[in-house]
Amino acid sequence: MPSKESTPEQMTGAEIVLRALKDQGVAHIFGYPGGAVLPIYDALFGQNDIRHILVRQEGGAVHAAEGYARSTGKVGVVLVTSGPGATNAVTGLTDALMDSIPLVCLSGQVPTHLIGNDAFQECDTTGITRSCTKHNYLIKHVDDLARTLHEAFHVARSGRPGPVVVDLPKDVQFATGPYVPPSKVHHKRYQPQIKGDAAKIERAVEILANAKRPIIYAGGGVINSGPRASELLGEFGRMTGFPVTLTLMGLGAYPASDPQFLGMLGMHGTYEANLAMHECDAMIAVGSRFDDRITGRVASFSPHSRKIHIDIDPSSINKNVAVDVGIVGDVASVLEDLIKGWKAKGIKAQADRLKPWWKKIEDWRARDCLRYQKTDKLIKPQYALQRLQELTKSRKDVFVTTEVGQHQMWAAQFLKFDKPNHWLTSGGLGTMGYGLPAAMGVQVAHPKALVVDVAGEASILMNIQEMSTIAQYRLPVKVFILNNQYMGMVRQWQELLHGGRYSESYMESLPDFVKLAEAFGAVGLRATKPAELDGVIKAMLDSPKAVIADIMIDPKENCFPMIPSGAAHNEMLLGPADQADKPISEDGMVLV
Amino acid sequence: MTPVAEPVSSHTIAVLVDNEPGVLARVVGLFSGRGYNIESLTVAEVDHSENLSRITIVTSGTPMVIEQIKAQLGRLVPVHKVSDLTLAGAHVERELALVKVRGTGDKRAEAQRLAETFHARAVDATPDSFVFEIVGEAGKLDTFINLMAELGLVDVSRTGVVAISRGPEAL
Repeated sequence: MPSKESTPEQMTGAEIVLRALKDQGVAHIFGYPGGAVLPIYDALFGQNDIRHILVRQEGGAVHAAEGYARSTGKVGVVLVTSGPGATNAVTGLTDALMDSIPLVCLSGQVPTHLIGNDAFQECDTTGITRSCTKHNYLIKHVDDLARTLHEAFHVARSGRPGPVVVDLPKDVQFATGPYVPPSKVHHKRYQPQIKGDAAKIERAVEILANAKRPIIYAGGGVINSGPRASELLGEFGRMTGFPVTLTLMGLGAYPASDPQFLGMLGMHGTYEANLAMHECDAMIAVGSRFDDRITGRVASFSPHSRKIHIDIDPSSINKNVAVDVGIVGDVASVLEDLIKGWKAKGIKAQADRLKPWWKKIEDWRARDCLRYQKTDKLIKPQYALQRLQELTKSRKDVFVTTEVGQHQMWAAQFLKFDKPNHWLTSGGLGTMGYGLPAAMGVQVAHPKALVVDVAGEASILMNIQEMSTIAQYRLPVKVFILNNQYMGMVRQWQELLHGGRYSESYMESLPDFVKLAEAFGAVGLRATKPAELDGVIKAMLDSPKAVIADIMIDPKENCFPMIPSGAAHNEMLLGPADQADKPISEDGMVLV
Repeated sequence: MTPVAEPVSSHTIAVLVDNEPGVLARVVGLFSGRGYNIESLTVAEVDHSENLSRITIVTSGTPMVIEQIKAQLGRLVPVHKVSDLTLAGAHVERELALVKVRGTGDKRAEAQRLAETFHARAVDATPDSFVFEIVGEAGKLDTFINLMAELGLVDVSRTGVVAISRGPEAL
């Protein structure tokens, strides 16, 4: 029976939670039960609207929700218990904050009368998560519950997206109170600016139209803005004829197959992208944040350029690098206005004016900075990824997640993304153990798609327990381990910066990944020679089940190009020969 | 990391926030987490019906850091308004201090005389002590407290700076 306008429907706190999730369009949540959330699990039991995915550790739930969110554009939802449930979620929440992933994490809490008493499984969840969430709430009265949950979704998805925690004491879950639907809630606070300032956009058009050596440098903000922003970025790129480079988080926002795409920039970015950044005379940063992995030594960053920066978060502008024009607004909205402004000026084709610039870029490209030495004996990681790319390129829907380290950088360099939302990686926080649960979240959202976690043998062990979740829900996730028996990136830094003293970076006593896969009911495969590689990849792709493919690669291969910490874009190392010629300075060693 | 050493200056920033649990922790945590200075911070409810509190922060930094501080404050969900009173123009700053001085004889008499000069009021007295209340700009309070140090200063409590813009406009 629909209730009257004036008297909202009464229900328990736990029922309010589920109704609010349903009304917010939530179909899946990732969680793990415990004492302080039992009323919500009881309410889950009696309904079919929301499907709960039972993970094996709360950290896995948060990364899974991140994967779900980033691959769908929706808010990912997590449900954990109090105390250790909440503290296990902290890494994932921080990861989501750094990479601007919209999440709502519901955590149980001890009953309100026990808060502060050091009760069993009590922790100060809002205190602990204050600095690793976009916002958080502790609900003390059931009357505030529905409204707060709707606000949590609003905050998570609007402006620069991010994780929001709602801490729910057990007595609030049991108490009866009113349910208010989202349509009845007006968010009087937190209204981020969407539309960019017209005068600044006009100034941006002027700078770009007069540039001789322009570049578009776009990042994860384009993807967070939604698919429309990527379309507009493509349109703006083609219309201007400017070269485009993307950050790690931005891959897919501009088609990798487009000739104007220079590849990823930054510490392990391409030679052409980084040198173009260094030598450009006008730069437009679109939803990117001048992170230290991008800029290298700030004092030498792109010294000759006028800089335009579009970002929905005002605090991103002028944070690391001072810009000439800072436009606060949603990327899609600002790009739309920028394109209009460009057209209105009737700016003619740029091809002639940009010819010398493109000539220079083509010379840099000719260095072929990603080339590597192929051998018949050892599988090179780059080759493994090239084969994976080749054997999956005809498929319609391919999602790739990664863990963190060398394999992540190689994947970013060698895999090609033409669409947004198909590449998922832990960029800002650099969380080893992200890829497997994230892949699980993607597969839940896209049951028919091919989902590959490109992993390292060290990272994969950080959340390996999620293989059990993958088994339970029959998720055909493919784990592609580039196994070099080292924490590769740690080893690479020790080689370059610490005199080759490989302190604790060798992985002793690794498990047999084939047997490990089988223990979890998945298929285990192994390739040890280049000749075996295609067969293993094909068998992995053809299997209807989850697969762990253990690819034994050259244990000594390093990831190039590399801009060492504290160096500038034009001081990059191109390969092992360069490494010997250009020892890294002590200044760089102290940086991260 | 800053290429050229920019001058550091002090700014007084007014922040209007929802009066809710944790809001002060958010503001203070922002400053400690990002390594900004707090020279003074005051907070109290200013609008009961709208449930709003006003925080006045005195902080210092280069222009780029001050801009960051304001942008970071602005993106906190319970923050409604951030205003840099130092940049916005003329404003009034006041602070109140309670200053306890202990002594007898000449020193006691001198303390009382100086208090009169500074328009400080005795709000408590015993045969060998005074508590003075003094209101003014922070610099005036500093001067008074320094003078009292010679005359038997034993305890000081200061409110921190509150500030408001001059003229008819609201925050």
